[in-house]
Amino acid sequence: METRVIGKSVPRKEGREKVTGRARYVDDLSFPGMLHGVTVRSPAARGRIRAVHFEGDIPWHEFTVVTAKDIPGKNCIALLIEDQPCLAAEFVSHPEEAVVLLAHHDKYLLEEARRSVRIEIEPLPGLFSIEDSLAQKEIIWGQDNIFKSFYVEKGDVDSAWARAEFVVEGTYETGAQEQLYIEPQGMIAQVNGAEGVTVWGSLQCPHYVHKALMILFGLPRERIRVVQAETGGGFGGKEEYPSMIAAHAALLARKSGRPVKIIYDRAEDMVATTKRHPSRTRHVTAVSRDGKLLAMDIDFTVDGGAYETLSPVVLSRGTIHAAGPYACANVRIRSRAVATNAPPHGAFRGFGAPQSVFALERHLDRVAEAVGIAPEELRRRNFIREGQTLAVGQVVKEKVDMNALLGRAFELSGYHAKRKQFAAENSDARGAIKKGIGFASFLHGAGFTGSGEEYLASEVAMEAMADGSVHILAGSTEMGQGTNTIFAQIAAEALRLDCEQIRIVQPDTAHVPNSGPTVASRTAMIVGKLVETAATKLLKTLRDSGFLREGYSAEDFSRACGEYITAHRELKSFVKYEHPRDLHWDDQKYSGDAYGAYAWAVYVAEVSVDMRTAEVRVNDFVAVQEVGRVINPVLAAGQIEGGVAQGIGFALYENVVWQEGRMVNAQMTNYVMPTSVDLPAIRVCFEEIPYGRGPAGAKGIGELPLDGTAPAIANAIAHATGVDVRAIPVTAETLLEMLEAVHA
Amino acid sequence: MPERARKIRVSCVLNGSASSFEAHPMARLLDVLREDLKLTGTKEGCGEGECGACSIEMDGVLVNSCLVPALQAQGAKIRTIEGVAIGESLHAVQQAFIAHGGAQCGICTPGMILAALNLLARHPEPDDAQIREGLSGNLCRCTGYMKIFESVVAAVRRAETGA
Ligand code: FES
Ligand code: FES
Repeated sequence: METRVIGKSVPRKEGREKVTGRARYVDDLSFPGMLHGVTVRSPAARGRIRAVHFEGDIPWHEFTVVTAKDIPGKNCIALLIEDQPCLAAEFVSHPEEAVVLLAHHDKYLLEEARRSVRIEIEPLPGLFSIEDSLAQKEIIWGQDNIFKSFYVEKGDVDSAWARAEFVVEGTYETGAQEQLYIEPQGMIAQVNGAEGVTVWGSLQCPHYVHKALMILFGLPRERIRVVQAETGGGFGGKEEYPSMIAAHAALLARKSGRPVKIIYDRAEDMVATTKRHPSRTRHVTAVSRDGKLLAMDIDFTVDGGAYETLSPVVLSRGTIHAAGPYACANVRIRSRAVATNAPPHGAFRGFGAPQSVFALERHLDRVAEAVGIAPEELRRRNFIREGQTLAVGQVVKEKVDMNALLGRAFELSGYHAKRKQFAAENSDARGAIKKGIGFASFLHGAGFTGSGEEYLASEVAMEAMADGSVHILAGSTEMGQGTNTIFAQIAAEALRLDCEQIRIVQPDTAHVPNSGPTVASRTAMIVGKLVETAATKLLKTLRDSGFLREGYSAEDFSRACGEYITAHRELKSFVKYEHPRDLHWDDQKYSGDAYGAYAWAVYVAEVSVDMRTAEVRVNDFVAVQEVGRVINPVLAAGQIEGGVAQGIGFALYENVVWQEGRMVNAQMTNYVMPTSVDLPAIRVCFEEIPYGRGPAGAKGIGELPLDGTAPAIANAIAHATGVDVRAIPVTAETLLEMLEAVHA
Repeated sequence: MPERARKIRVSCVLNGSASSFEAHPMARLLDVLREDLKLTGTKEGCGEGECGACSIEMDGVLVNSCLVPALQAQGAKIRTIEGVAIGESLHAVQQAFIAHGGAQCGICTPGMILAALNLLARHPEPDDAQIREGLSGNLCRCTGYMKIFESVVAAVRRAETGA
């Protein structure tokens, strides 16, 4: 299909502002009379608040002080449920839980004041691991410490064990991971009688913040306004937590009568906000003599931290992805999210899938070894094909060809030759450097799970102006991933205009409709489709009016808009999501069409391991994926490269060190993310099969790269060293121990 | 209440013009730039010299302005992101960052561009290792750095062909 702008690397819409330093992030905004706000947090993981003491040589009368008593509505940060308080009133359930808020115009004095508030707590025993939570050593949430559990069943797992030639078992773990967007979280709030509450901030989901503030303040929809400032990265980390900061800033603003800005410093951001859920997965797999998967029995648990927040949804995605892109007749997945006394874990790119995919892809290499066939051979014999059924009972209707992706990835990486070469070189016991190559094959569902999109019922509006410029109104946010540019391309293509003629209206709940949260790789595919439909409708209106003829130019379009608006006052279109009728999901049985579309991928990692220091380097990385039509090749490759880099961090470097539920290495110096000298060349390849329901044929892409990167690296390390990697991150310290065990 | 040292007057050359400001001697230059001089293009990512979001050039050297006390600016020649473009005409490195996807969320970009300029001043035709080394003090969580390297290479190529 000939396209004007789809498939072209149109430069980023807001690129100029970003390279000149003119883009305005929340900390770049300032209001007259503005105060700064800080949060005083719980020193204990669990306990009863006895008293709060305001000590030191501080002019306390100059400060605005807010506690739970100052909350006009309900003391909660409403999300799926309302279990998380905005400010702890009597109990604290995790370290660093917010208890008191302070505001003052002098930032330095404010910091001293924060240190002079002493929160006295009568400690209660806490739970700090999945094991202790499951063992119910204490009951800290509900009846049984369980936020949510799922049960997925396909076929009859228990009938398969007897027929199996091999039964392979294994338990796998993944650690917490910090999103580490380079812009720390922040908000500015203003409250006044006439307008109600307005907040500006760094955030992914304006309508989540909007809902939380309505309930906290007990105000109607129109008296809360949420505006997204330029946002310096999110990766899921600015999905739910911004509601908390917005709430805090707004409470201080209400009490002081002044605008209040809260900006977290790096340490506070790391210690108090959400991280990727730590996980534990147990696999028991039955395999036939020729390497057919007969049964997969999977038990998946994630640590949700102290409050429910998004854990049920993270668990859901992790559960559905746990059996991967394989056709296996008998699958059982039991899963649960448990409570511990750590700050709530939350959304992070991949959303549960990187955890369960790590376990599966590492496990399958071990299964292949048990069967005595090559790891790729095991996958080949079990890859799902069009017409076959996934674990959740979804019949694959896409033209999926995992074999072709595997072939392409192996060809680009020189997999077979290197596999042999490294095995030969590694057999020299004196070699200080061992090399390995490994891969992972996986899928990632785009959009909300099951009936999620139906419930969301996203909306998008479009308005043409008299000068012919076209405005897109949506609550979807740009945080670096390219929403603005992709939307402009989709609209420009549908309207046959250039991208410059399209304007993206700043997400502001007072002006844009709710197009759903900017999460779950749903923005380009689901909201992008609404943008395309809105453009088509707008064009039809203009055509039907007789102002615009076939074969129009940009000038004709502008003139027609002007004439239409003179005649009819405005030219607008409005579109609401309609769930495809042939997609069915059963929430009770947890089966059906889990996602409208999947991205499919095979990633290959090549590593070298220094046997003396146990340091691992990734020397080459090949990422091959099928994501439908690629709308903007530079942006799409940038998404994959950035995701792979985060995946490399997840696999090797990023180690959250916990002490009684508190992250103790909350600094960039000791929580290490990859720098420019740590990464290999990341080679990205797209196979494009247009997806009928995506805008211009596109599918979701954002989260995919987090799923397969870590297991590919773990498999490569196992290949290089013979160490049976079961947990990530594989830091030099942990690998050194494992190497000593193997070679002892 | 603790007494803080009295403010001092500091004079420097900022983005090509003479400038002077009053600040506490130990105030962070980053805060002076952002708050007093309203040059908010310089960003804060960590405040501890790890991320490079606050990178600026002082007398031709790339520094983390979150670690520089204001008094050190006395007599120095300082360049921030606001001094890189000439009016509306972007520097070749800025253009390359736009064309080649070197900026995603953009929060690391001002510091990254100054690091790139500083690198190119030292190595006008850097090889891959020099680019990686030259940018290693600047963290980017979005791009995985590949498109940043490509942007630097493209800017060099532009300079060579005079395009
Ligand atoms: S803010 Fe200065 S190095 Fe991070
Ligand atoms: S572009 Fe977001 S941190 Fe670099």
